[in-house]
Amino acid sequence: MNKIVASIRIAFRALKVNRMRSALTMLGIIIGVAAVIAMVGVGAGATARIQEQIQSIGSNLIIVLPGSISSNGVRLGSGAVASLTQDDAKAIAAECPSVALTAPTVRGGVQVVYGNNNWATTAQGVTPDYMTIRDYTMLSGQFFTTQDVDAAAKTAVLGETVAQNLFGDSDPTGQVVIIKNVPFTVAGVLTPKGQSPTGQDQDDVILLPISTATQKVLGANKANAQAVSQLMVQAISPEAMDQSIQEVEELLRERHRILPGLEDDFTIRNLTEVFAAQETSAQVMSILLGAIASVSLIVGGIGIMNIMLVSVTERTREIGLRQAVGAKTRDILLQFLVEAVTLSLLGGIVGIIVGLTASLLISYFAQWSTQVSPLSILLAFVFSALVGVSFGYYPARKAAFLDPIEALRYE
Amino acid sequence: MASVIEVKDLVKDYRLGEVPVHVLKNISFEIERGDFVSIMGPSGSGKSTLMNILGCLDKPTSGAYILDGISVGNLNRDQLAEIRNKKIGFVFQQFNLLARTSAAENVELPLMYTDTPAPERLERARKALLAVGLAGREEHQPSQLSGGQQQRVAIARSLVNDPSIILADEPTGALDSRIGIEIMAIFQRLNREQGITMIVVTHDPDIAAYSNRSIHFKDGRLQLDERLAQPRVARKDLEALPPEEPEEIVSS
Repeated sequence: MNKIVASIRIAFRALKVNRMRSALTMLGIIIGVAAVIAMVGVGAGATARIQEQIQSIGSNLIIVLPGSISSNGVRLGSGAVASLTQDDAKAIAAECPSVALTAPTVRGGVQVVYGNNNWATTAQGVTPDYMTIRDYTMLSGQFFTTQDVDAAAKTAVLGETVAQNLFGDSDPTGQVVIIKNVPFTVAGVLTPKGQSPTGQDQDDVILLPISTATQKVLGANKANAQAVSQLMVQAISPEAMDQSIQEVEELLRERHRILPGLEDDFTIRNLTEVFAAQETSAQVMSILLGAIASVSLIVGGIGIMNIMLVSVTERTREIGLRQAVGAKTRDILLQFLVEAVTLSLLGGIVGIIVGLTASLLISYFAQWSTQVSPLSILLAFVFSALVGVSFGYYPARKAAFLDPIEALRYE
Repeated sequence: MASVIEVKDLVKDYRLGEVPVHVLKNISFEIERGDFVSIMGPSGSGKSTLMNILGCLDKPTSGAYILDGISVGNLNRDQLAEIRNKKIGFVFQQFNLLARTSAAENVELPLMYTDTPAPERLERARKALLAVGLAGREEHQPSQLSGGQQQRVAIARSLVNDPSIILADEPTGALDSRIGIEIMAIFQRLNREQGITMIVVTHDPDIAAYSNRSIHFKDGRLQLDERLAQPRVARKDLEALPPEEPEEIVSS
């Protein structure tokens, strides 16, 4: 302990003698550590943002779209044919064991009017389960109930964007908005979710009971009054996703009387999978950024090794003298290792400060969210110490094994 | 009186390419505790090599070297370092003080490699500096001291670990003759008052004249080993010198 304290004092004295040189050597580590912290911060920020967006969609989601059948050899895209119905939704919820909830949705563009204001948005006819599946919470008021759906009540829930555009900052709950000449009482406002992973404003929406929407607003599909635009299905757990997809497919084929060998008249999409891929790519990106930044840390380490080798050569006589008066191999080794580690740790501490500042500046000016975790700071600190030890070891060893006679005679 | 150094059949060879060079050829002698010995010889005589072996900086090719009862011929690097630390004090021609380091810290240096606690180190350094007449200059750095003062700091450093022997390699080589005599006066006093065994390597007969015994080397062999009937006394020589320019000009 005594010796380590003494070594640290000797190290500081030696580093002070060549201030400029020590500062430049540290600069290598400073840049390395700062780059690692800032880049990992940017990467973590991007990952967190994607995770947030995935959360906003709802968890364990499967989307079933109607259509994609061929008639007389002409293949139609998904959603082109009204092949899914509200009864399908009820059947899936009732008969598929891996499915927790289903939410049939109809949608269409509408103009919403309140007083002098009006706003074009998407109206979605949904059931109360939609709120659970999408993980919605209410900013104010209440979501409509199953009774409202059964009674085709003229009640609406607004997204934040719609509420802002029609009501400004006042609370819309209890007010009446007009959609296609039909007055709707506002039941509440949804807590905003922000952008979807695909960049759509998820708050620019007005939710109506599905019955009211088909009968009064969007107009029923002429072929099938029960038709829905899409069906959201929530599996009971992430592991049950594949199982539930299979169950839904089998059930729908049976209900739609599709013979074996023929194509489905619906399309099933696993949303979670799509966005999980995005998340993975963001993580790969952040690892890549960190790896590139680590290279500069290694370059900084080489700088330390370089300067320590110079220092050992310059101080050959000092080393010889220390050996002559009784310094053992490990004493000299320790002295030079401590010096290298002091350099790298000082550089590491300054680098952490610079890195934190840099990531703050990046989030401020580039509007990228960055996330610097305490773990990455700790890692950067430990890593810079490791750089000091590993790149300081060779010069220190060289010093420790100098021949005292040669060293004393060195000019 | 017991011998502090016993050298028996000491041989040292160096290998320069294919040809071995015999630097020391079968040397045997003893040095008694408390003696003051000078080792003389022209360059190439092997006296530096002998010095390195006596100082445990180098190992003999064959033969025995017993220092203070310990056979040091077969010790490893770190064991030799420990012997140097405990039993030998070095004084060099070029002083070899650490720059930008106070006199006291320079003197403490050998104790840094022992378990001596810091307050005791400082206390011992002060005592050693007092013994060489540098009390009050503990905080001076080498650049603030004259050559003679720097060599006295180096002598204090060699004293601080209570060594069995002090080995001085051309200790006056870088100093003018008057200051050289002052250094020899300090050696004589330490030898007389503290009974420290002194070994001074020099090529200068005037310096060797201050020792009790003079060993001459030539071509790797012991050529002459004489006990001086009447060694000169450095203190008296100094008194006889005209009191010219005082030494302590450079002091702060």
